[in-house]
Amino acid sequence: MYDRGKIVTGIVIGLLLFLFPVFYNVGRAAKEPDPVLTDKAKQAKECVEPKAFMKTEHMKMLDEWRQEVVRDNLRYYKSTSGKTYYKSLQTTCMDCHSSKTKFCDQCHNYMAVAPYCWDCHIAPKENG
Amino acid sequence: MMAMDRRQFLKIAGLSALLGLGGKTALQLLAPGEAEAALEQATTIAGKKWGMALDVTLLDEEIMSKCIQACHTYYNVPNIGNSKEELKWIWKETYDHSFPGQENEYQADKFKARNFLLLCNHCTNPPCCRACPTKATWKREDGIVMMDMHRCIGCRFCMAACPYGARSFNWGDPRLAPKALNPNFPTNLEIPTRSKGVVEKCQFCAERLAKGQMPACVEAANQIKPGSMVFGDLEVSDSKIRKLLRARYSIRRKPELGTGPNVYYIL
Amino acid sequence: MLDKALKGSPIYWGWLIVLLGFIGTGFLVYLYQFQEGLKITGMSRDVSWGFYIGQFTYLVGVAASGVMVVLPYYLHDYKAFGRVTILGEFLAVGAITMCLLFIMVDLGNLPRLLNVILYPNPTSILFWDMIVLNGYLFLNIIIGWNVLSSERKGIHYPAWVTPLIYISIPWAFSIHTVTAFLYAGLPGRHYWLTAIMAARFLSSAFCSGPAILILLCLIVRKFTKFDPGKDQIRTLSSIVAYAMILNVFFFLLEMFTAFYSQIPGHMHPIVYLFSGLEGHGKLVPWMWTAACFAVLALVLLIVPASRRNEKTLILACISVFISTWIDKGFGLVIGGFIPNPFEKIFEYWPTLPEVVISLGVWAMGFFVLTVLYKIAVSVKQEVAA
Repeated sequence: MYDRGKIVTGIVIGLLLFLFPVFYNVGRAAKEPDPVLTDKAKQAKECVEPKAFMKTEHMKMLDEWRQEVVRDNLRYYKSTSGKTYYKSLQTTCMDCHSSKTKFCDQCHNYMAVAPYCWDCHIAPKENG
Repeated sequence: MMAMDRRQFLKIAGLSALLGLGGKTALQLLAPGEAEAALEQATTIAGKKWGMALDVTLLDEEIMSKCIQACHTYYNVPNIGNSKEELKWIWKETYDHSFPGQENEYQADKFKARNFLLLCNHCTNPPCCRACPTKATWKREDGIVMMDMHRCIGCRFCMAACPYGARSFNWGDPRLAPKALNPNFPTNLEIPTRSKGVVEKCQFCAERLAKGQMPACVEAANQIKPGSMVFGDLEVSDSKIRKLLRARYSIRRKPELGTGPNVYYIL
Repeated sequence: MLDKALKGSPIYWGWLIVLLGFIGTGFLVYLYQFQEGLKITGMSRDVSWGFYIGQFTYLVGVAASGVMVVLPYYLHDYKAFGRVTILGEFLAVGAITMCLLFIMVDLGNLPRLLNVILYPNPTSILFWDMIVLNGYLFLNIIIGWNVLSSERKGIHYPAWVTPLIYISIPWAFSIHTVTAFLYAGLPGRHYWLTAIMAARFLSSAFCSGPAILILLCLIVRKFTKFDPGKDQIRTLSSIVAYAMILNVFFFLLEMFTAFYSQIPGHMHPIVYLFSGLEGHGKLVPWMWTAACFAVLALVLLIVPASRRNEKTLILACISVFISTWIDKGFGLVIGGFIPNPFEKIFEYWPTLPEVVISLGVWAMGFFVLTVLYKIAVSVKQEVAA
């Protein structure tokens, strides 16, 4: 084919760039997420919704919450278990899950997700 | 949604009518749990028009400073330390600078000398809400001109549109404000800070109203001199604020622009 | 036709590399701004729009000016302009690219840019500005590209292009009217709150844009074998002359209203700009420079001998550019914010990072312009052969 040298070189360089993340991380397994519940969370026994639901839906739920609280002024959430919660990441969720590094960050770091919530919403101070 | 039974509703309605101020003190008399659920219903009633009246004769320098401190403390508004990037939701200006259309070389001494407390007027016809391309600022049904920090793209068109200079922009990260000027930042762990790149301003303490509390500045002022700042519903003709406005002469900032400001200065 | 942009003289490639250098530097400094926030600019709580928005405003005018070659050719059959319509259209593409980039670098929260589309607010002029600017960009790309490639093939452009051409003519007027509305509808800014703002914008657009186009045509003639034509440049210079007269006239109208009425709100911004207020007068030398260049431009353009002489015409076009750039790209935006709503003065001056980023955006626009002009000129040369 025409310009075989250039084309093959280009393909090789392209592949190297494309697969760079793989080469870079070879031999380094990411630390498995190990979210730890605080004593307060353990005592509460249940979150706003069941664990399975929260695992898969907490992002959507928080997104809906921030829309409803700020734009519609609907600040209270009636969970499926009948309890009423004040919709707030900072004062409700993180009241129980008060360690961002030991809880939230565990899965987020593993998944390489960086939600910008905490740019504004204050994460509770962590000791040590 | 939560269900409110008839008894709770009648309790709130009755007490609200009695105290003439949208359910705030009424709810404080109910048990906290019921109050929260019932509160939801009460504060989202349509047709309200929140307004504020400042009795200039009663507000002195000390009270005004306390108001500013209460607001900026509650909402984690840092002191940036320079007027280029400053953030202020409520602040003081002299008579000439507060009411530029009312120049009066021979104005009464007691007004020439004093400062006035300025904040967002939560206009009835706000040009900022017209201007915002994403509706990140909009006028709620209860009259509050609200900010949605999640949606603001930081275009600052609202700042150009506001005739009152009520809006501030986060030119940098507010959490990086000089520590020497903000030793206990953030001062309120219940309220978020903002991030860089969004506009902010007074929101008539929407979060506090939802919990049945008066705006921070009003509470601070009335603690020192009761009646110096009145916050209430301008639509309710026998509300405290309406009664005060009927009895005393008041002015507003730049009313000729048709914005319909809802902050009144009682002279 | 893009392949036409890949073959060029050393000067062509040298120029592109210089531009890439500016673009790269501008980009790196923008990353710094993205990290630190807009505090690295000279903008402040009182002057919340500055150099970026000023440049955006100026360049919308340049983009709109494409209609000054399109309208005579397509609506009035002025066949001579057939040689230069593509240059006008591609100038519009380059200018709009810069406009959009300037808006983007000015945003406090760029990742949320799509919110304007996801959560539109039809009462917001910025929303309509986004629509008309992007629409005009696509119109010019589609029209220019299709007309050029048809010319290359020696056939008439396809029938579906014709309605687009006709739409682009009022659309060009609309983009600058909408941009003027950004300013002219704000109740608190007395320098801007004037019905004549849109008329001023259009008149300054129609002198600055064609002036730039004349200069570009002369550069094209110098560096390539394509000659846009003496008659074409002569007609363009007449357009610049009349538009500049209107532009200055409109400004004088503003002065009359402000100073005869003696209303402080009207007078203060102009006094600040031309004479200084309360000891603040950073912009005074600039505004008087603009005024002097405006007078020089008018003299050179009105006197037929100097308008027809290419050397003096070049000087006239540069004068128009300097004068309108200072007035619109700088004085207009700053004057609206000073004095502030409390009748206090807080001055503005762009910082070095702000200027470097702006240069990067200008370089990007010139890059697009160079590539597109290279294609257009190469095709025209090919057809002429």
